[in-house]
Amino acid sequence: MIVRILGEGQYRLDDAAFATVSAIDDRVQEAADAGDAERFDRELRELVAEITRLGTPLAAEEFEGSDAIVPGAGTTLEEARALLTSEGLIPG
Amino acid sequence: MGLMGRFTTIVKAKASKALDRAEDPRETLDYSYEKQLEMLQKVRRGVADVATSKKRLELQAAKLEQSVEKLDGQARQALQQGREDLARTALERKKSVQLQLQSIDEQRAQLQAEQDKLVIAEQRLTAKVEAFRTRKETIKAQYTAAEAQTKIGEAVTGVSEEMADVGLAIERAENKTETLRARAGAIDELIESGALTDLTDGRDSIDRELEQLSVASGVDAELEKLKAEVGPGSQSSNQIGSGEEKS
Repeated sequence: MIVRILGEGQYRLDDAAFATVSAIDDRVQEAADAGDAERFDRELRELVAEITRLGTPLAAEEFEGSDAIVPGAGTTLEEARALLTSEGLIPG
Repeated sequence: MGLMGRFTTIVKAKASKALDRAEDPRETLDYSYEKQLEMLQKVRRGVADVATSKKRLELQAAKLEQSVEKLDGQARQALQQGREDLARTALERKKSVQLQLQSIDEQRAQLQAEQDKLVIAEQRLTAKVEAFRTRKETIKAQYTAAEAQTKIGEAVTGVSEEMADVGLAIERAENKTETLRARAGAIDELIESGALTDLTDGRDSIDRELEQLSVASGVDAELEKLKAEVGPGSQSSNQIGSGEEKS
């Protein structure tokens, strides 16, 4: 599985690693649903840290679409919401 | 759906939106490459914009630092003249200028963080675009309609996602810069209105009062000096006076 961290590039993860990451992703979503900004920040940082720890970064020469995309660590709940509702992601 | 799923859907949608598939797949390659170069320009402009805004904050901070020093000097001078009230006014202004300085520092740090992110995004995109160019030429050289579609599809999809990612970083930096620009404008207005300290003519009400004080004490000192000089002659003036009385 290939996961992109926005602003940080893509990582290749094996199935076990992806399962671990998915479990953390559920917790991030729970925090978002609960509107708990602090917990969201903590869980998202862990999510991103696990992806980089368990995954192997893709080289520039590899052109692969990602199977999953996550916001970068430090993205606030507010920013994440704005991103999800934004239109015209690519300016111009 | 987890957060990951939502982001995947939205970023992919944005990435494919940027793709106009041409009749000839090879044109898709060239078109995508053009778009990539445009995006590179955009991200470089983004970096320059953030740097400009940061510079403006730094200039403001330098101005405010100067007025902190000045107000400090004024407070000292006022106390020496026994004007505690005036010293208090100067210190109050100094405090408010220092608060502004603190907020400018925080804003500057935010802009720096955005700039760093954009620079990294630019580096990654540059590497990707260069790799894409190579891949593009290879595909074109070995072009056979059958495999081309797949290869082109892969390359273009991979790079489009990267562009959507960089586009996001640019948008974020733009938003942040705009917000901070508005705040910087407000501080400029404050500086210009003299609410912090009147830097426009280099003088303010504290300056004027201190000047009056120093004029007053200067006059006192000179008067004393004159008295001392004229003192010995006071008898002769009496003599003149008495002479006049006599006539």
